[in-house]
Amino acid sequence: MRRHLSWLTVLMTVALVVGACASPGATTAPSGDASAAPPAPASVAPSEGAASAPPVADCAGSGTQGGADLQIPDVEEGKFNVAMVLIGPHDDGGWSQAHYEGLQYVCENVADSHVAYIELVPEGADSEQVFRSLARKGFDFIIGTSFGYMDPMATVAEEFPDATFLHLTGFKSNGKNFGNFFGAMEDFKYLAGMLAGSRAKADGNPKIGYMATFPIPEEIRLGNAIMRGVKQTCPECTMDIRFINTWHDPVKERDGAASLFDAGAQVVFTGADTPAVADVATEKGKWGVTYDHPVSCHVDACLTAPYWIWGPEYARIAESVKAATYTAGYEYFDADSKAMGLFGFMDGETPQPGAADLPAADLQKIRDTLAKVLAGEFGRFDVFAGPIVDNTGKELLPAGQKLQQSDLDQFPPGAPGAECSVCMYWWNEGITVELPPLS
Amino acid sequence: MIDLTLILAAGVASGTILLFAAVGEIFAERAGVLNLGVEGMMLIGAVAGFSVAASTGDPWVGLVVAMLGGGLLSLVHAVITIHFRADQVISGLALTFLGTGLARVLGDGLSSAGAVATLPRFTVPVFADIPFMGPVLFREQSVLTYVGLLLVPLAWYWIDRTRPGLHLRAVGERPGAADAQGIGVVRLRYAYVLVGGLLAGLAGATITLAISPGWFGDQTVGGRGWIAIGLVIFAQWSPIRAALGAYLFGAIFRLILDLQGVPTILGVVNPFQAGRSATFFLEMLPYLFVIVVVIIGSREALRRRVGAPAALGIPYVRGERGA
Repeated sequence: MRRHLSWLTVLMTVALVVGACASPGATTAPSGDASAAPPAPASVAPSEGAASAPPVADCAGSGTQGGADLQIPDVEEGKFNVAMVLIGPHDDGGWSQAHYEGLQYVCENVADSHVAYIELVPEGADSEQVFRSLARKGFDFIIGTSFGYMDPMATVAEEFPDATFLHLTGFKSNGKNFGNFFGAMEDFKYLAGMLAGSRAKADGNPKIGYMATFPIPEEIRLGNAIMRGVKQTCPECTMDIRFINTWHDPVKERDGAASLFDAGAQVVFTGADTPAVADVATEKGKWGVTYDHPVSCHVDACLTAPYWIWGPEYARIAESVKAATYTAGYEYFDADSKAMGLFGFMDGETPQPGAADLPAADLQKIRDTLAKVLAGEFGRFDVFAGPIVDNTGKELLPAGQKLQQSDLDQFPPGAPGAECSVCMYWWNEGITVELPPLS
Repeated sequence: MIDLTLILAAGVASGTILLFAAVGEIFAERAGVLNLGVEGMMLIGAVAGFSVAASTGDPWVGLVVAMLGGGLLSLVHAVITIHFRADQVISGLALTFLGTGLARVLGDGLSSAGAVATLPRFTVPVFADIPFMGPVLFREQSVLTYVGLLLVPLAWYWIDRTRPGLHLRAVGERPGAADAQGIGVVRLRYAYVLVGGLLAGLAGATITLAISPGWFGDQTVGGRGWIAIGLVIFAQWSPIRAALGAYLFGAIFRLILDLQGVPTILGVVNPFQAGRSATFFLEMLPYLFVIVVVIIGSREALRRRVGAPAALGIPYVRGERGA
């Protein structure tokens, strides 16, 4: 028996070590390893070219995965080293893939740059260790792409004044080396809403569904933007909502989409990462609107996908960090930045079948609005221009006025010094669920 | 507004994941081997099934490879706990880490959004017209849902009504007596741990080939392996009760979502509407349930009372302990 016990100890140690090390160790792809290149999205997404070019092998980036234990990628001496921390897999066909392609763009367009990424890093305390280790390794520019990295990045930025930290989707900055960054996706959710309204009206079922992730200002803002877009083409349309309380769970996203379709929705939007809404729409004979990346819109039942093109914006900031001219602060760009798209309607793209056969007048209206959005003539403050009436019938903003930035991204009363007057805690008229009172 | 038929039908569809994993674990545990590595085996099944289906274009091939992958991983546990008689709890936990790590490696570079044909869905004629049960069980379900429906009575019959099933139970209850009868304790334990692995692999592939085609990292399985282990204790090691529990859990997950769209229940404001914090509480309950039943399952006296196999978790050494 003793003999077996010693065997057991050895074996368990081996099993544990293998188990713990398997993920980061075996996936460390050296720069230039072609196997680390993501699959070309062109094979599944018809006729898109705006979002992603096939990566140059050198720019695949060394990648590691977060987890119980992880390996921090190395810097290359003498280069401008850029690291990106991702919440999901770099090839998720959604949010994280869009950022990863932005990182490749930086590598290809910013001279003497070296890029690396860490994927599947949980939000919160785990991520703080990751950011600290990256800064200690000597990365010059570190990008964090999920809301929950905000406080960890703020902490680490104070410890490493020589590195520059860029955080996405949060609301904090230290004014020195920790900056904030996000874009007005509401412009494109609004356009997709116009499309969905037109589709629902043409199908004779004026009901829209929105599968939101968490009840946070961003998701409420995007939901209201969808509804305000829907109203442009389908004034009688209503919208039902489910919160799935996750960014990423394929089974739950499927249930959420089915729940909305079964409650009567004709077109369902997702705020989460997988194309579940389009897959369920196929089964139900309805329509889905996916998000984040054009490859997510790969079935005919997908009407469109509002998506991100991060590359040029990342490259612009990377250049300014490299030249030491970057001022950390609160940066929020509108769609004239060319950092977003509406799948099927951008240059070189073909509309999805469900969008192509809509009434010509509606399509013209959508194309005209898109042109104004891209030209910078119609932005987030036009999406949220008065009159704004909430779904209890109360007028929040009279005609002729516009919401302020502080209203768009905060619950009442807003941060000290940036108090909001209307704030983002209301549902637009036409939305059939209620928001609970804030405690 | 809330349609019970639709909720139950969705519950049966997503509950099939838990069903396969729980029935597989029942086979292993009835033979006396606790395998806590279900989550890891499911992840291997999920990633192997999807990647093979994506590269061959045939989800059926993916399904077979997924089962083999889960089975292969379970053999690691079998060797450690049956041959080397190591602690089953520790080995099972290590198996979860190993499976998670391997799945991440295998899944690296798999685009989650790749269009892969899912396994067929169809309506069973005649059966679908049975009032209430027809639409719940037999309308537009995946072929794997029907496989699950067939598996449960077969598993029950095998365990409770056949001679090999008697041997299985003997090995899990009184391995010493079974050995004296000439039943190969070690051989049977290996076999049923393998069956558990095959079914856990099938459970993982149910997610990626029948429910939501794609590979989305660890969140693809998202803790469902642990819920399956909790279900086994809750079901008192009966495949039929496990299936009912699995379907019930599936239906509850869907009900939580459907409840969000209802403003009032019987004239009272619905506390589970979209955006209300009570929905988080509802979503927590299944995991709370797992904690409670695993506590019950880990207490020797309580475990006896709920009917655990007497030799569960105890390595068999011929001639020792007089088991």
